[in-house]
Amino acid sequence: MSLLELLGYFNYWVFAIVLSIGLYTVIAKVNLVKKLIGLSIFQSAVFLMYITMDKVEGGTAPIIQKGVENQIFSNPIPQVLILTAIVVGVSTLALGLAIVVRIKEAYGTIEENEILDAD
Amino acid sequence: MDLTPHLPALQVIVPMLAAPLILLLQPRGLAWAGATLVAIFSFFIALTMAVAVSKGAHFGYDMGGWTAPYGIELYVGAFGALVLVIVTGAAALSLLAARASIDSQIELERQPLFYSAWLLVLAGLVGIVVSADAFNIFVFMEISSLASYVLIAGGPDRRALPSVFKYLIMGTIGATFYLIGVGMVYMMTGTLNLADMESRIGGVTDINPILVAAGFITIGLALKAAVFPLHVWLPNAYTHAPHMITVFLAACATKVAIYVLIRFDFVVFQANLSGHQLQFSLFLMPLALLGIMVASAVAMFEGNLKRLLGTSSVAQIGYIMLGASFVTEAGLIASAAHLFNHALAKGGLFLAVACLAYQYKDLRLAQLAGAAKTMPYTAAAMVVCGLSLIGVPGTAGFISKWLLLSAAMDEGRFAWLLVAVILISSLMALVYVWRIVETLYFKQAVAEAQSPKEAPGVLLLVTWVVALANIGFGLFPQFPLSLSSAAAKLLLGHVL
Repeated sequence: MSLLELLGYFNYWVFAIVLSIGLYTVIAKVNLVKKLIGLSIFQSAVFLMYITMDKVEGGTAPIIQKGVENQIFSNPIPQVLILTAIVVGVSTLALGLAIVVRIKEAYGTIEENEILDAD
Repeated sequence: MDLTPHLPALQVIVPMLAAPLILLLQPRGLAWAGATLVAIFSFFIALTMAVAVSKGAHFGYDMGGWTAPYGIELYVGAFGALVLVIVTGAAALSLLAARASIDSQIELERQPLFYSAWLLVLAGLVGIVVSADAFNIFVFMEISSLASYVLIAGGPDRRALPSVFKYLIMGTIGATFYLIGVGMVYMMTGTLNLADMESRIGGVTDINPILVAAGFITIGLALKAAVFPLHVWLPNAYTHAPHMITVFLAACATKVAIYVLIRFDFVVFQANLSGHQLQFSLFLMPLALLGIMVASAVAMFEGNLKRLLGTSSVAQIGYIMLGASFVTEAGLIASAAHLFNHALAKGGLFLAVACLAYQYKDLRLAQLAGAAKTMPYTAAAMVVCGLSLIGVPGTAGFISKWLLLSAAMDEGRFAWLLVAVILISSLMALVYVWRIVETLYFKQAVAEAQSPKEAPGVLLLVTWVVALANIGFGLFPQFPLSLSSAAAKLLLGHVL
């Protein structure tokens, strides 16, 4: 595979790297808020993958215009899908943060190791 | 007007629309009554479909009149109907029994919210089962997961909070893995409809992304299904959840993830990827065997009753995966039948735990000594369901263990190993169930002997209905077995 081909997959490289950073953060950090930040990064990487694959070279927004023939459209479906997935991601983050608030109220800390010691 | 063709849509829409309406039912008790009625109605819808399906019919439904693959398709076949009966049955029975137990664990003003979340879990789970669209499955999976995090964290036990946080992290990673896999399949095939995916994967020139997708989807769903060693969220989440929520989730939540895993794999991948059958077996069989042995061994030494039963669930999930990993008709029948029978046995056991929780706030085994004197009916129900969990002849658990054993016998060179694992783990189950029985019946009570004081009538009644169902389906297993064998034939029809 030549260098140019490798660079051609730039967005997918970014996807893989961001995904790994997110997953690493979730696993390695003991602070619960940092874990949630990692989870958000992890999910955002997947959004990037979906958005990348819908792009058609030279394609525009999928709106049919009168008088314009042979127009190339980008695929709108992954964008719709990912709009839904973003909503899911936001709700997950909100619920996660709400649980962290309650953990703080109940335990007085949001460090995972201190919580484990408390019980 | 004949509503029969609309049943798959109604199955999802009724609990989903009812969930926000429940919030309006503020006076105490009404929210519970509303939720229970909706769950029972869903149960009837599921039963109607199951009866029709067992006669050879199947339900397809195009949402909004858009035909597949453009629109979202709903599909209920034999396997789906069986899982729908499990899910809605668990919801109906646990909600029916829940009122007194929930009153003691959830503040009154939060109860409408709580029941509303409960119906959302139900809507999400049935939505997963009826969807024939990969992305729709993801959305419903997240609806049910988010709502179930709320339910688990809703109880008075503060240890539920860290457990639910762990569940949230692992559940979201699982769902996101699934999403990556679906994205890759979509990238190569341009479709999200499961049946359409199956027919198009064959024409894909570069098969590598599909292989990666198969890996992501299998791991993601295995996380959701708590397949060993991805089960670490499960025991704590079940232990610290409100008791009735444990009943509901233990009976059906992981089963639905297993259903998606098996369905996705057999419908989409098995027929199209060369060598996938072997990879699937070689990946899942060791995990299933390890899960069965390790979880059973851990359960033998566990001191908390709820965590003991939760750990045993991990072993039972191992049995279900083991049957599926044979990729034979006999194995799949055993798997599907065990889905149903384990839901009965574990649901009954956790119902009995909810009864015990009335008199015993501390559910460690040491504290429960002599409970059979205080609560004779509860203890007896626990013994019946425990026997079913071990797989004693005459109970439902025996049927599926027997099927699994006979399926394992056909596995050629390694048959002896599989049979040995199943037999040894059954002995281990005997040990941990015996520990419960010994504690309840033969140990001296810690406190002064109390006069018999049972749990509220409805809760006890439901517990006994489930306990008797364990015996009933052990003696007359035709209904789950006919659905299971039809399901196995359908799934394998895609392979051959």
